[in-house]
Amino acid sequence: MRHFLVPLYAIIIFLVLWELLVWINDWPNYKMASPSDIWPAFWKFKVLFFQYGWDTLWRTVVGLFIAVLCGVFLGMIMGFSKVLREAIYPLLVGFNAIPKATVVPIIALMFVGQHDLNTVLIAFMISFFPIAVSVSIGLSTLEPEYRDILRSLGASKSLIFWKIALPKTLPEFFGALKIAVTLAFIGTNLMEIVSPHGRGLGALFDSGKTNSDYPLMFAVLIALALLGIGLYYVVVVLEKIFAGWAERSTD
Amino acid sequence: MSSNEKKDAIIIKDVTHTYKTETGFLPVIKNLNMSIPENGFTAVVGPSGCGKSTLTKLISGLLLPDEGEVYLSGEKITTPRPTVGMAFQNPVLLEWRSIIKNVMLPLEIVPNKLNLQQKEQRAKQLLSLVGLEGFEEKRPSELSGGMRQRASLCRALVHKPEVLILDEPFGALDAFTREDLWQVMHNLRKEEPFTGILITHDLRESIFLADEVVVLSGRPASKQFFVKVPKSKTPKLESLYTSKSIDMLKSLRKQIEIAQSQQEQNK
Repeated sequence: MRHFLVPLYAIIIFLVLWELLVWINDWPNYKMASPSDIWPAFWKFKVLFFQYGWDTLWRTVVGLFIAVLCGVFLGMIMGFSKVLREAIYPLLVGFNAIPKATVVPIIALMFVGQHDLNTVLIAFMISFFPIAVSVSIGLSTLEPEYRDILRSLGASKSLIFWKIALPKTLPEFFGALKIAVTLAFIGTNLMEIVSPHGRGLGALFDSGKTNSDYPLMFAVLIALALLGIGLYYVVVVLEKIFAGWAERSTD
Repeated sequence: MSSNEKKDAIIIKDVTHTYKTETGFLPVIKNLNMSIPENGFTAVVGPSGCGKSTLTKLISGLLLPDEGEVYLSGEKITTPRPTVGMAFQNPVLLEWRSIIKNVMLPLEIVPNKLNLQQKEQRAKQLLSLVGLEGFEEKRPSELSGGMRQRASLCRALVHKPEVLILDEPFGALDAFTREDLWQVMHNLRKEEPFTGILITHDLRESIFLADEVVVLSGRPASKQFFVKVPKSKTPKLESLYTSKSIDMLKSLRKQIEIAQSQQEQNK
């Protein structure tokens, strides 16, 4: 119960302080909307919130899913072959160094009007890097004794991968996935905000801007925060299920 | 015991091995000859970096010698053989498996006719032999270093290997834990006879556990000296402090010094 109540109190205190801050300074809602402005803004567009929220969610998840597939594949290649690691790594680092905000207009122009494709693509591009790196590090740092134990028993390469390399890499993988899920979410919103006539929470945010509906913009921020928290904890639950063994009990 | 009548389980014949490094060739083993009789237990000591670990890889078939031959039970080794059990200084237990599942790992890889229940029974039997009864379902991270090493020994023996290769298995343990494990080794040998080779830096350990101690020369390693160690049925730690043992330790120490200075010169 404490588990649940302490964060709840913290959120309530945060909202009260926020409300007070706006009230004391007598800020108009275009400077800073207060929590009490946000609920009506949400209620006014509640159907759009759910429709667009769904768009943002599935685009992020699909982008992330592709990022996991590609990241794990790249990570495996780099983890198993030193030559390929040396070949691919500088390319990856260079690609990752490009701020994705600059790639957004390029992709948007490349596939004009295909909002779903564009958004998924950016979510994928921004989030696969940490996954690839973590998997490759996990595989390449496998202690040689682990391999020797299995090899001396006559185990094949694929058996060594399934029995040892894969499970041993899972904690690193989930660590990276927690970062990737947040990144993918950023990617989705970058594209949604930029795409004209698009859908998704980013588009709703943009329409709030063009219509000077400031409480709506703040309501979108809250909705994004809630979605982000949800996604993050889904990863946490998956981690508990598949890599819970890596967590040391504290007692 | 009339060890003369036993056949040799491990034969190392004129083995020479050289590593190819970026700076050239590094000969690690040269014209090594040694053999271990069935159910015999030989300790190999020598200066650091003299090629002891290479020797274990050659016996397990993870490496093939450049020259010479290695025979296991009369068969020449050309590939890794599932009839070998290994334990290292690092117990390398799989953190995501319980202790019993760790011990059962070789039975999942080596072909055998045991069903799951029999596998579990076999693992349990070994675990109780090393004093880990009741820890079957614990995770490795919940065990102390000495207990992990016990589990690692069980895993090395679970598939009844022809040969047990121990590469400094007690090297990272504190002195008292190490002595406990020496007793565990004696227990295991009594209940689960095996042919074994033990790589170690601890001369006391070598004469307490092994029937024969081989001193390797400095790199490239060859057999420089060996001594047979008479064994009582129930070895006690006190036996290490008799004048006979102390003389043996002194002469081994002397041999190590010779090997070390030779390795220095060859650099």
